[in-house]
Amino acid sequence: MATVPQATVVKKTSGSNLPKRPVYLDYQATTPTDPRVVEAMMPYFVEKFGNPHSRNHEHGWEAEEAVEKARKQVAELIGADEREIVFTSGATESNNLAIAGVARFYKDRKDHIVTLQTEHKCVLDTCRHLEMEGFKVTYLPVKKDGLVDLDVLRNVITDKTVLVSVMAANNEIGVIQPLKEIGELCRARGVFFHTDCAQAFGKIPLDVEAMKIDLMSISGHKIYGPKGIGALFVRRKPRVRLVPLIHGGGQERGFRSGTLPTPLCVGLGAAAEIARREMADETAKLLKLRDRFYKSVTSRLPEVYLNGDMEHRLPGNLNLSFAYVEGEGLMMGIKDLSVSSGSACTSASLEPSYVLRALGVTEDLAHTSLRIGFGRFTTESEVDYAADRIVEAVTKLRQMSPLWEMAQEGIDITKIQWAAH
Amino acid sequence: MTRPVYLDYNATAPLKPAVIDAMTAALSECGNASSVHRFGRLVRRAIEAARDEVAALVGAEARQVIFTSGGTEANNLAIRAAGAGRRILVSAVEHDSVLRAVPGAEIIPVDARGEVDLAVLQAKLEDDRRPALVCVMLANNETGATQPLALVTHLAHAHGALVHCDAVQAAGKMAIDATRLEIDTLALSAHKLGGPQGIGALIVRDHIELHPMLLGGGQERGWRAGTENVPAIRGFGVAARLAREELPAMQALGALRDVMEQRLRRLTPDVVVLAPGAGRLPNTSCVALPGVLAETQVMALDLAGIAVSAGAACSSGKVRSSHVLRAMGNSPDIAGSAIRISLGWRTAPEDIEHFVDAWTTMVARIRGNQHAARVIPVPAA
Repeated sequence: MATVPQATVVKKTSGSNLPKRPVYLDYQATTPTDPRVVEAMMPYFVEKFGNPHSRNHEHGWEAEEAVEKARKQVAELIGADEREIVFTSGATESNNLAIAGVARFYKDRKDHIVTLQTEHKCVLDTCRHLEMEGFKVTYLPVKKDGLVDLDVLRNVITDKTVLVSVMAANNEIGVIQPLKEIGELCRARGVFFHTDCAQAFGKIPLDVEAMKIDLMSISGHKIYGPKGIGALFVRRKPRVRLVPLIHGGGQERGFRSGTLPTPLCVGLGAAAEIARREMADETAKLLKLRDRFYKSVTSRLPEVYLNGDMEHRLPGNLNLSFAYVEGEGLMMGIKDLSVSSGSACTSASLEPSYVLRALGVTEDLAHTSLRIGFGRFTTESEVDYAADRIVEAVTKLRQMSPLWEMAQEGIDITKIQWAAH
Repeated sequence: MTRPVYLDYNATAPLKPAVIDAMTAALSECGNASSVHRFGRLVRRAIEAARDEVAALVGAEARQVIFTSGGTEANNLAIRAAGAGRRILVSAVEHDSVLRAVPGAEIIPVDARGEVDLAVLQAKLEDDRRPALVCVMLANNETGATQPLALVTHLAHAHGALVHCDAVQAAGKMAIDATRLEIDTLALSAHKLGGPQGIGALIVRDHIELHPMLLGGGQERGWRAGTENVPAIRGFGVAARLAREELPAMQALGALRDVMEQRLRRLTPDVVVLAPGAGRLPNTSCVALPGVLAETQVMALDLAGIAVSAGAACSSGKVRSSHVLRAMGNSPDIAGSAIRISLGWRTAPEDIEHFVDAWTTMVARIRGNQHAARVIPVPAA
């Protein structure tokens, strides 16, 4: 068993006034780098520091060799060929490159893109930008459980559709889309299928052949690898062509210029390798922890709503709404838990999550939702501690809430005619 | 074999120990800088401290620093943003990430020293009054030749043009004051100055309009989406501080480089030192051994345990003579026989001794072998 990185250690501080290190339950925002990954990276920071594109001396060769090994490790996890892996600076870049790259390359023939309303912001923003360039984009709604309706998807694809971009697992609610069915649908209609796998890669089995995926975005820091590195799978047969975003030295077969950061590539490769070996065990462990947490909370608190489907879901994710409490009050009440009230990128804003809104969650419930992410270094005692804190905080807030009191008395709040002030 | 000698700092520089320490610490911590909780806030603070250091290295304000995945992305972003709706003028010796950032850039020629032809630039700006973006690098990656940026910005601004400056090779090797030079956008890379690969920055002066290339979570004030690469950013911060503090030591390398070049000239009178003169980075030497393919030299030196390069790293390995050396008016023979020796923070006088010894042996072997070397075909342009 790997040593637990510092970030997840809950320090025993009984008898001292020192603040405790919060319990980290935000594994969908980012994950601690696995010490084994750090170990694999270190030599490439220290003595093997060469530029992998220096083709005529030993320093360059050993860096290149390391990068190519990492490429293979990434490819293996998704059943791809290593020549189909392009390293990028992260999943945001991969998503930008995949969507804008394909759209711009094929723009003379096709101009329509299909995506979901619940995609990550970087997919949606790229699509909006493409709309300004003259592309047509369909933002599909999802069902109440967060899953795409395949019949609806089938019906919006036209002869002008160049790309369908549907994420594998949602960053807020963790629901896993039916990739295989989408892939088949797309292949049959001659449409490229891109999937943002930032949250899914390394967590659930993915196979680009079986799922007929043409482009897949991959992130390092969501799977215990380093930040600043990601990858894009670009299918060779049938070949997918792209207009690159970043031009220059022509690295990554011209798809992505810029010196490859060898240590980061090595880190992503190592993280992929560990994920491949340990995915089954880790999934079992996370399901157990999640179940324990969910039961612990729901057995003690009524009016807790699960957002998103429970079956088709990342094993380490929960997204819960607590009725009759106020969102900010809840966050203040659980200060020693690092959880999030939405995705990290937008968590500083007070807007309710657009993902939850797309599921039809009411604004009230969207405001009191928590994303709770369990991961490789989460322990049972952390889970129990977190459940206790949340139950405590919600109970306390509800005791102070007149709405809760009315609800307990059987008054239907939605039917109340509030007096104007 | 003696200990390997690394003289390819312009391709990438070894990390400085303090940088490794900072990054190791950051790697064992966890947090997404956009998260509101404490893990996130601590990470945010570390990023802002690094931003201050990077700004200080080039005389900019912290708010003007946009972290990117490296110099290539920074150059692309600058040209996309500052160049939006403008014609693009680039010096002939720019890095590929500037030359190829957008199609249709107009080339400004350089002289034999590699210095941009200001008269041509002026003529181009006067003849066509459409707004322009002028891209001139601060120092060249292959020859180390520096450019008269103060004159370039003065000229450009007088004609309503903006200036982007690729300072990837110059940073940490010469003093830079982007504010005084009135450079509108300036690109930096960490791994050329003892920081990590995978991180760079674009300095964006306040009047440049937001024009992101990567869209998404709105990080870097909307300029560059994507979760911040925290360990690399922290490493960059430390490397920037050290580069600023150790600038005198870097400049002192110039003397070592000059001695080396003198010795090469004495040993082999027909060597050609490219872009000689005062305006050159102290660490860079580009030397041609006429008639001997650069690749042959690099291989021979590698066998002797010395790492140098033939041209830029990104294009090395491809059989193609340097566009930089050709733009300076060098013959295909000179361009095809030039190697780059670049020194850095860990280079000691003994390293130069080893290099000169290995060079001597190499020349003796090739030249001693009658004039065969002279007839090695040189690739056509």
